[in-house]
Amino acid sequence: MEDKAVAPILSMKGVSKVFGGVKALSDVDFEVAPGEVHCLAGENGSGKSTLIKIATGVYEAEAGALIKVGGERVAKPTPGLARKLGIQVIWQDLALFSEMSVAENIAIESLLGSKVRPVRHAKMREDAAGALKKLGVSLDLGASVRSLPIAKRQIVAIARALIADVRLIFMDEPTASLTQAETDHLLEIVRTLSASGVAVVFVSHRLAEVLEVSRSVTVLRDGKLVGVYPTEGMSQSRLTELMTGQTFDTKVAARDMADAPPVLEVEGLSRKGEYQDIDLVVRAGEIVGLTGLIGAGRTELGMTLFGMNAPDQGTIRLDGKLVRFASNGEAIRAGVAYVSEDRLSLGLIQPQPIADNIAITVVDRLTRAGLIGAQKKSDLVDRWVKDLAVKIGTPRDAVATLSGGNQQRIVLAKWLATEPRLLILDCPTVGVDVGARAGIFAIIRALAEEGLAILLISDEPPEVFFNADRVFHMAGGRIVGAYDPLKSDLKRLEEAVYA
Amino acid sequence: MIAWIAKRRDAELIGLSAFLVVVVLAFSLVTDRFLTAANLNSMAVQLPELGILTLAMLMPILSGGLNLAVTFQANISALALAAILEAGGGPDAGPHVFALGVAAALGVGAGTGLFMGLVVAYSRAHPILVSLAMMIFLRGLGEYLTRGGDISGFPDYVAALGHGSLLGVPAPLLIFLLCVIGWQVLLGRTPLGFFTYMVGSNIEATRYSGINTKRIITLIYTLSGLMCAIAGIVMMARFNSVRVGHGEAYLLITVLACFLGGVDPFGGFGRVLSVALALVILQCLSSGLNLIGANQHLATAVWGLFLIAVMVMRFVFTNWLTTRRRE
Amino acid sequence: MREFLRASPTEAWLVVVIAALGLFLALSTDQFFSLVNATDLLNTSAINIIFAMGLLVVLISGAIDISFAVAASVVQYVTALILMQIGGGNWAFGILIAGSCGILLASINAALIYHFRIISIVVTIATFNAFFGLLMFFTRGVSIYNLPDWWTDRIILWEQETPSGTWAELTLPVAVMAVCVIATWLLIAKTSTGRQLYAYGDNPEGARRIGINEAAQHYIAFGWLGLMLGIAGLMQVNYAQEVVPNALYGRELDVLAATVLGGARLGGGRGTVFGVVLGVLLIAITENGLNLLGVSPYAFKMVVGAIILAAIVLSNVSLDKLTVRRA
Repeated sequence: MEDKAVAPILSMKGVSKVFGGVKALSDVDFEVAPGEVHCLAGENGSGKSTLIKIATGVYEAEAGALIKVGGERVAKPTPGLARKLGIQVIWQDLALFSEMSVAENIAIESLLGSKVRPVRHAKMREDAAGALKKLGVSLDLGASVRSLPIAKRQIVAIARALIADVRLIFMDEPTASLTQAETDHLLEIVRTLSASGVAVVFVSHRLAEVLEVSRSVTVLRDGKLVGVYPTEGMSQSRLTELMTGQTFDTKVAARDMADAPPVLEVEGLSRKGEYQDIDLVVRAGEIVGLTGLIGAGRTELGMTLFGMNAPDQGTIRLDGKLVRFASNGEAIRAGVAYVSEDRLSLGLIQPQPIADNIAITVVDRLTRAGLIGAQKKSDLVDRWVKDLAVKIGTPRDAVATLSGGNQQRIVLAKWLATEPRLLILDCPTVGVDVGARAGIFAIIRALAEEGLAILLISDEPPEVFFNADRVFHMAGGRIVGAYDPLKSDLKRLEEAVYA
Repeated sequence: MIAWIAKRRDAELIGLSAFLVVVVLAFSLVTDRFLTAANLNSMAVQLPELGILTLAMLMPILSGGLNLAVTFQANISALALAAILEAGGGPDAGPHVFALGVAAALGVGAGTGLFMGLVVAYSRAHPILVSLAMMIFLRGLGEYLTRGGDISGFPDYVAALGHGSLLGVPAPLLIFLLCVIGWQVLLGRTPLGFFTYMVGSNIEATRYSGINTKRIITLIYTLSGLMCAIAGIVMMARFNSVRVGHGEAYLLITVLACFLGGVDPFGGFGRVLSVALALVILQCLSSGLNLIGANQHLATAVWGLFLIAVMVMRFVFTNWLTTRRRE
Repeated sequence: MREFLRASPTEAWLVVVIAALGLFLALSTDQFFSLVNATDLLNTSAINIIFAMGLLVVLISGAIDISFAVAASVVQYVTALILMQIGGGNWAFGILIAGSCGILLASINAALIYHFRIISIVVTIATFNAFFGLLMFFTRGVSIYNLPDWWTDRIILWEQETPSGTWAELTLPVAVMAVCVIATWLLIAKTSTGRQLYAYGDNPEGARRIGINEAAQHYIAFGWLGLMLGIAGLMQVNYAQEVVPNALYGRELDVLAATVLGGARLGGGRGTVFGVVLGVLLIAITENGLNLLGVSPYAFKMVVGAIILAAIVLSNVSLDKLTVRRA
């Protein structure tokens, strides 16, 4: 009995998993103590999600794995069994049912199982209200999840995990789409849970957050266990090193570009409810950084510059000429390119060939007498694949077969093919491995050297601080601060952003 | 060997060709009337109606939609032609009246397609629902205009279009081949074709790439309607009459032919040549069964069962490829 | 009331349209607002509503079925043959045979969709052709008129003479429809099984991760449709007093249009019993009203199609306005 009290709430030994010939996990051990906040760190594809899915019975591990919950061996985990044992997951995509009510989503457990049972709506509402109360939040229980903003959906997903007797919660990238205030609130909840004896396994790519909230961290790389480390005394750069197996030096790369001719000049630009009174100049060859929290109006401003949302007020000049775009097609013809933060669903057409994804922006230039020139197209594709050093099989392969970093190079290729004057990059390293980010920024830097004006938008202050020539801080739809990386330091910027 | 089979694009064509060979061999062993000029000729005359309608169905499916109105668009277009011929003297109508009528038919087909395209592009309604409503409307309109009867009494050259031949090739087949080539060039080589595939895979990402996707969707349905009009004219020439409901049974067969030809039901993938090959297989099945004494209904059933068999084999084949890769 | 508007915009909107249409018809014709007409409407809509209940459950689960109407024809024929074999039978036998037969046919669809991962529209278009082709082949299109009396007797459950001397009456299919509607409502709104279907149709991957049994969702949804199509087939014979193999051919698209008009979403997760009943009734009332207004029967379908088209455009436009305010 005594032994059981200190036994890890979850212990996994010798876990392997193979998908279609690729080893997603090989012989990984993983352990979480009761009430502990444990972090699971690793790059994309390192096996974090697979490990969670095995722990919760969504996938079955290859033979030879030993999984114990609370010291008891679990021979064959299933999602139902995992929940019965007090293991819950908050998935990255939340796995909510958007057409169903908040109450039904939170108390979904009572609807599961193969027996036909009457739905007890009153009981479900009561249980859901109870779970929300634990979080200190109140939501309209009858509203459909579809009608809620993303942060509230997150709350619903957490409340669902809390409804039963929970002993361990996996949180897979829970803060990816939250604002700072919402993230702080979530971290507070994690601490409260931990204090009440619930173990939390936290998966996040925001290393600062990881180090702040967790006690120890398990690092995975390429499906293999690197090690388990205490977070006490661990630095972000050390953790990055463990995750990637490489060392990175961060240096300010800013230059003084005040003498270069301006390419983009924005004056007094406003769009109701999104951003106000924006003044901004980007010069030829200059990289201007724009950072701020989610909801600060960064992306909205980018969309206007790209011609997808007309401003209410103010002017935009390109190379001194006043422009007013009716569509993004006009913006592209005028020399604006926009790399979306959502590469998976907006940046690229995942199932289609690499070649078509590169050519899509310049089809009209490849067309003669109504027909697309096959040779012209393949020349174009070959040139960009070579110039940007993209690692591909053949140009006929689907873009989806590429890694995040290589996909982002394809996005750059498709926009550079339009020969833009101004390149807007919205969070260009989202979902790109730490190790591959340096390569992306090397390309961006080289483009700037060739005279391209670049507006770099990012929610990570260090990214703009180390890569831009000038940095602006945006909050509440306004530009509230300007920083020169050569004369300022990162801490000041971060304090301002997270204040 | 595995490497080139693994390329699904080619596997599709190879698989279908193999099926065609098997079907042709099987029927020519069972009956010596299968590989005769008479049978081949009758196949060549029958295939185009379904074939052209299938081409009309293909573009919307590639774009991630569906056009359930194709058969009645064809009827209504033919009705326009018939009405103009009738007004222009019936059996005595001159070629210029016919030309005017054909223009009107193409206009009606394209016009109904344009309307659907605009609704699909600008409202967010599902194409199945939009085209279904259009189908019900056009069927009603056609029945209202014809009171459920036939319109016939056309000049002789109209029948020649349906039954004549040029250099030994039946006229309907010639028209079908021209349509196939047209669609092959359109989908394979032109910007509109390129964007049809892109829109079918991810319309938002296509829009973010600077393409006017509403215009693309509208054009796709307009061209689909235009193709329906051609089908309507061919049907009219073949039957020497127009009746609303002619070819109604083809509607779901056109979808079946597309799927058989390897078109992705969600859009984005599918080739004209594979679909044309699938059509030839369907025609061989139906003509062959007909020769050994079965009727069209059995052929319809076999078409359905054949599609199921092909889909099941695709599933098994894909599974085999993944396990093969694992080893 | 505000709660209803917010939670059920489609239903609220349909109620308004039906009320407006009813008011217009009541003012412009003297027969519309009468007991006889109301009972007539129910008698003629009963079978479509039963079909729609089954289709609704399949749509909620994220699939689609094109084959259910011809499957019902197969059920009618098979039931008639079996009943003849056992010497007539009675209602209990009839429901048992038709129900199990329907469930069996629908389960073929479920099995192909689930075990071979073929998209439901592909499977059901294939089985549509297979069912119908085989039925027509084996029956040679011959109808059966010699049916047991209990099956074809017009059973009047309630009747009342009106002042004008005509009789308002409700027949058996209406009562069966009521039972089917209530049973479907209980299933999808009031049982854990039904809520799992919504969850699965809404987010299949999420449902999988919390351990909802995928195979069960397929078989339950299609099984329910099978039961409904069996019952609808049985009732259609009671209404028509004969078994005609192609009587229900084409019904699938009409029912699909009405069901989607009633708010069931193609793609899954959304749809209510109330909305779907309203959808079927809206179309029935439109046809009924056109009839009373003395419009040519040939124009009915045209107007119905136009109304559905208008409904699609309008409902999507207003929906856009509501959802445009995204962050």
